Amino acid sequence: MANVSLERITKIYNNDFEAVHQIDLEIADGEFMVLVGPSGCGKTTVLRMVAGLEEITSGILRIGDRVVNNLSPKDRDIAMVFQNYALYPHMTVGENIGFGLKMRKLGKDEIQRKVRDATAILGLDDWIDRKPGQLSGGQRQRVAMGRAIVRDPSVFLMDEPLSNLDAKLRVHMRAEVSRIQRRLGAPTMYVTHDQTEAMTMGDRVAVLLSGNVQQCDAPQNLYDHPDNLFVAAFIGSPSMNLYEAHFADDGTRLLLGSQSLSLPERIRAARPGLAAYSGRKIIIGLRPEHLPLAGPVDDQVLCGDVDLVEALGSELLVHFTIDAQRVRAEAADEEEEDQFAGRGAGVARVDPRLPIKPGDAVRFAVDVDRMQFFDPATTKAIWA
Amino acid sequence: MSALSAPQSTGAPTHVATPDVAPRLRRPPGKIALRIAFALLIVIFVVGMLFPFYWIIITSLKSPAALNRGTRSVLPSAHLTLGAYRTDLLMTSVTGVNFGRALLNSVGIGLCVVAVTVVLTTMAGYALSRTRIRGKKSILGFVLIAGFFPPLAMVGPLFLTYERVHLLDSYPSLIITYMVYTLPLATWFLANFFSQIPHQLEEAALVDGATRLQALRKVILPVAAPGIFTVAILSFILSWNDFAFSVSFINTPNMFTAPLALMGLGQSQYQVFYNRIDAAVVMITLPVALLVIFAQRRIVSGLTAGALK
Repeated sequence: MANVSLERITKIYNNDFEAVHQIDLEIADGEFMVLVGPSGCGKTTVLRMVAGLEEITSGILRIGDRVVNNLSPKDRDIAMVFQNYALYPHMTVGENIGFGLKMRKLGKDEIQRKVRDATAILGLDDWIDRKPGQLSGGQRQRVAMGRAIVRDPSVFLMDEPLSNLDAKLRVHMRAEVSRIQRRLGAPTMYVTHDQTEAMTMGDRVAVLLSGNVQQCDAPQNLYDHPDNLFVAAFIGSPSMNLYEAHFADDGTRLLLGSQSLSLPERIRAARPGLAAYSGRKIIIGLRPEHLPLAGPVDDQVLCGDVDLVEALGSELLVHFTIDAQRVRAEAADEEEEDQFAGRGAGVARVDPRLPIKPGDAVRFAVDVDRMQFFDPATTKAIWA
Repeated sequence: MSALSAPQSTGAPTHVATPDVAPRLRRPPGKIALRIAFALLIVIFVVGMLFPFYWIIITSLKSPAALNRGTRSVLPSAHLTLGAYRTDLLMTSVTGVNFGRALLNSVGIGLCVVAVTVVLTTMAGYALSRTRIRGKKSILGFVLIAGFFPPLAMVGPLFLTYERVHLLDSYPSLIITYMVYTLPLATWFLANFFSQIPHQLEEAALVDGATRLQALRKVILPVAAPGIFTVAILSFILSWNDFAFSVSFINTPNMFTAPLALMGLGQSQYQVFYNRIDAAVVMITLPVALLVIFAQRRIVSGLTAGALK
């Protein structure tokens, strides 16, 4: 067991493409660190550099107190789970799991004992003599996990290990992977593009964009206090509603299209930085759950036209439009962005029993205390 | 089955499936005629293809006496004998050629070609599929062109070369020559085969603690076995079937390959022993035919077993 430390790690490919730019990360012993970001953000490259499958252009990589930059994968004492599992198709489940032990020249009895232990943890006992071709996707995923845990490595690396599973199995395996990781206690780097996996599994989450760490923090902190527009839009599903607003000259009112919200004194006092935006543009962010339906006494209200209602049983997602300009976060999940490509689209998460239909005009109460502010030019969050 | 369905082409030998012409079918008469004509055509084709083989086998099983009596029927006579095979394998001609020995030579040369080809092209193919070399495509293309050079155009230059380096009339002269053809094609084939095996497979092996060579030996080669097997089979067949090079380079009767020994076999001053010639033809053809049948099964089973995701 050991901690992993990345110090100004950079990867520049032969074609001069800089995939990873001076990343600093510290994964403590036993910590579950999730690297999340859109495709092409460099998260897999980081993982592969830690594994030793990709050369490190510059920077220092330590596992424990050893610098491992120039060690081959087999000397780094790591285990990796690949996205497509990469099971050896000609070996049985038992041989697949035991391969790493065999390479490390353990005795036959010891290998057998350890493989049995691993298959017991993963519930693969009945499949130990099968070939990967005879297993279901979930079972193959378990074999891939088994191959990693059987070696008792000092670091676990996982490259989107759940992305090939169907939705239900993925939720199940998500919990299982977390459980196994806690049990083994080895530091883990987990790459995913799925922010739900990041939120639910990670002790800490590093959000990457074009080779840079945007923010690295505990999941709830990322959600509540994103450092910038990208993190705000990337973390959370449905994603944060981001609008371009105009600050009134006296700094007390926000103009959102034809509507306006007043900014109470306590908020202006808590965030003195906002004063600088008086009379200027600012980006505001509102989580869907901070837009409940307004009652008669609410005064901070946004009116929207309902386009679509999604009933999820536990909640109602109301897709609405207001006449303010919606802001696209750079390289945010494109699929999600397209959905809201319309001008001023937004989503609110409300009580499922409310009788809201498409076409309704609805008043949302804005929780101004939870509202987030971003600089339109730098996209940085304004917290102070 | 629908009565109006078009003729089903299932890929199975359709000449046995004569069209169903039961009276209840209201198929347009033109269509029935077409189906019958098609089936007939296939029967004629297949019989035409197979008849020479049948005739060769029948003739090879005749005694010299039966051969002399001439042929009255297409059906085999009651008295079949393996005498021609025995004579072929055991008798050495006045010129010193023994067909049994020639068969052994062919097998030996074939195995040498296979061994060297498999070892070299596996390594070359793997390297070409895995390394990032500038102009890799051109290398592969160039390699392929070399394999298409017409054999007869190579006889002259190679003869002069071997004469200069004193390799004429030797086994290596043939082994090297055959590899001129097997190496490029096999390299090209295996490079493509290897590149279909996901990189993650050997990366997993590397992370599991294998060296590059161990990853190749224990993971990639077993997965690539069907491809390597195919290369082995094709190389063997190429070497086995050659006549042009062996007739040009080999002089010593003891070193004749099987196709070479076939030439002049069973001919005496007074009579041509067709039964002996045909027995030799069967012995040359059979191994290759068996190999192909066996190999087909191996290749298919190997490919389906390689499931990854």
